[in-house]
Amino acid sequence: MSAVTSILTPIRLDYTYTAGRATQRFLLGMAEGRILGQRCPQCTKVYVPPRGACPQCGVPTTDEVEVSGKGTVTTFCIVRIPSDVLSVPPPFTCAHVLLDGADLPFFALIQECEFDAVRMGMRVEAVWAPPAELAPTFESIRYFRPLDEPDAAYETYKEHL
Amino acid sequence: MAAAIAGRLTAAHVLEYPYRRSVGPVLGAFFTGLTERRVTGVKARDGRILVPPVEYDPDTGEAISEMVEVGPGGVVTTWAWVEKPRRKHPLDRPFAWALIRLDGAGSAMLHVVDAGSAAAMETGMRVRPRWKDEPEGNIRDIVCFEPE
Repeated sequence: MSAVTSILTPIRLDYTYTAGRATQRFLLGMAEGRILGQRCPQCTKVYVPPRGACPQCGVPTTDEVEVSGKGTVTTFCIVRIPSDVLSVPPPFTCAHVLLDGADLPFFALIQECEFDAVRMGMRVEAVWAPPAELAPTFESIRYFRPLDEPDAAYETYKEHL
Repeated sequence: MAAAIAGRLTAAHVLEYPYRRSVGPVLGAFFTGLTERRVTGVKARDGRILVPPVEYDPDTGEAISEMVEVGPGGVVTTWAWVEKPRRKHPLDRPFAWALIRLDGAGSAMLHVVDAGSAAAMETGMRVRPRWKDEPEGNIRDIVCFEPE
């Protein structure tokens, strides 16, 4: 055998992720084609996905809210290297989408437009998996696509960047 | 993929970094030796043979690279018994982690001893390596050490 110049030293951690109460509600909503968040009883902000508590007020968020599949791109990133997680050929664009009725941007893959046409303020909507393929996973939303609407004004989302 | 178990959603989540590490000339010689079923160390300035080898003298900091073959047998200098091996442990039956000073070496190397039971383990006992059928150039080319 020829001289050894390198060795594989993989680091691998095997977890079993268990959804908490709030995440479970959100994932079960995904399986029904609904986006569920929770509202803080003090500051009234709506968190999607919910985590069960308001990080600003430190109080439980028990009030469930369904939010729209439509929203506004607050910021985005063009991805030019292949991803193990997203099976889309690069280049493609990922964005933070502030869903209408929510106060926390939501991670989104943007499709059905040129990757470099995505911009801040762009209006988009969720494209769901076919009903038979809906499941308790983020992947129930396949991606977001542009809406035929004027861009949102910067003032409407500047607090969410 | 998520699945409902007893009303609670759970999912497997793997975090993995598949690093490949360059080994350089000294450790490279050590790993290349393993592919030939030889264990090699490096000669320190004071004459000790350090196994596994290091690139710099531990006392003076000078670069060292003179490789010397050691073993294959050696002596257990200390050990800890594992009664219930975990999934990623090198053996699937009870074994000992041990520091083993190979014949001719001035330092001890961490490896495992397949002794059957803790009662068969003793500091100072002699052991020899059991080699993998087809060595690949990593430390697991030595499957384990076994009592001589």
